[in-house]
Amino acid sequence: MGDDHTDRDHTDHTDGGHVDGNALAGDLREIFAVDLTAATGRCTGCGHRGSVAALRVYRNAPGLVARCPHCEEVVLRLVRGRDRAWLDLRGTVSLEIPLPS
Amino acid sequence: MAIVSPGFSGRRRSPDAQLPPGQYLAEDFPVLTAGPTPRVPTDRWQFTVGTEAGQQHTWSWQQLIELPAEKITTDIHCVTKWSKLGTRWKGVSLDVLLEDVETAADFALVHSYGGYTTNLPLEDLLDGQAWVAYRYDDEELTPEHGGPARLLVPHLYFWKSAKWVRGIRLLLEDEPGFWESAGYHDYGDPWREQRYQGD
Repeated sequence: MGDDHTDRDHTDHTDGGHVDGNALAGDLREIFAVDLTAATGRCTGCGHRGSVAALRVYRNAPGLVARCPHCEEVVLRLVRGRDRAWLDLRGTVSLEIPLPS
Repeated sequence: MAIVSPGFSGRRRSPDAQLPPGQYLAEDFPVLTAGPTPRVPTDRWQFTVGTEAGQQHTWSWQQLIELPAEKITTDIHCVTKWSKLGTRWKGVSLDVLLEDVETAADFALVHSYGGYTTNLPLEDLLDGQAWVAYRYDDEELTPEHGGPARLLVPHLYFWKSAKWVRGIRLLLEDEPGFWESAGYHDYGDPWREQRYQGD
């Protein structure tokens, strides 16, 4: 999944083929009205705070798996079925989402 | 007079006839991974079966490869829709590993180095249906494909065949694993196309 979106050209890193969190943009936009890659999240594993766009995303998998760049714990998983999606945020303490004032 | 059977002409069945619904034939062996690839030296590798009563049975790498092994030739089916026919493995049957394990459990939660988990009914690990495999195509199993050892449960979608396997917890209650808790089917029979919850 994810390969049908325009994010396919993000550079793969060398340690296992992950890309950056911008690869989540298309699939998250299907679910949320705002671009969540601009949100700031906190990892439940290590408390690291950073933007969704800075997550390490593994997409050669049955779903998108986004890991903390600091401790490599899973912070977000997104599985896209035929007519539904499953979003698992148990690795995220919270998401701080910028909104127009 | 001979009875004409599908095998009479000596032709092989077409690949399509061997593929579960929705699958396509892959000639290569795609590498899927949900995280960094663990590199586990065999001198630090262990495999542990834990029972619902708290008993633990542990094998070192040397103990594993000294157990009776089988050569397995089997088709494999990934939920991302590729299938590969006639893959060749070597490994130890779970029947051997679980032979002396006393349990009343009906379920198993498989754990991997790197944190991956997957669940399945215990009966699907028994009776010649599952192995801890450590060779593929007459070679050592590479880390990319789950080496030094992976679970092989080829009658279910391949996400159940956990790479980098490190142990199995035997449970009285079913507990969903990594993909099963994120929308994928609890059982995952490719012939019934059980990809997602509700299929």
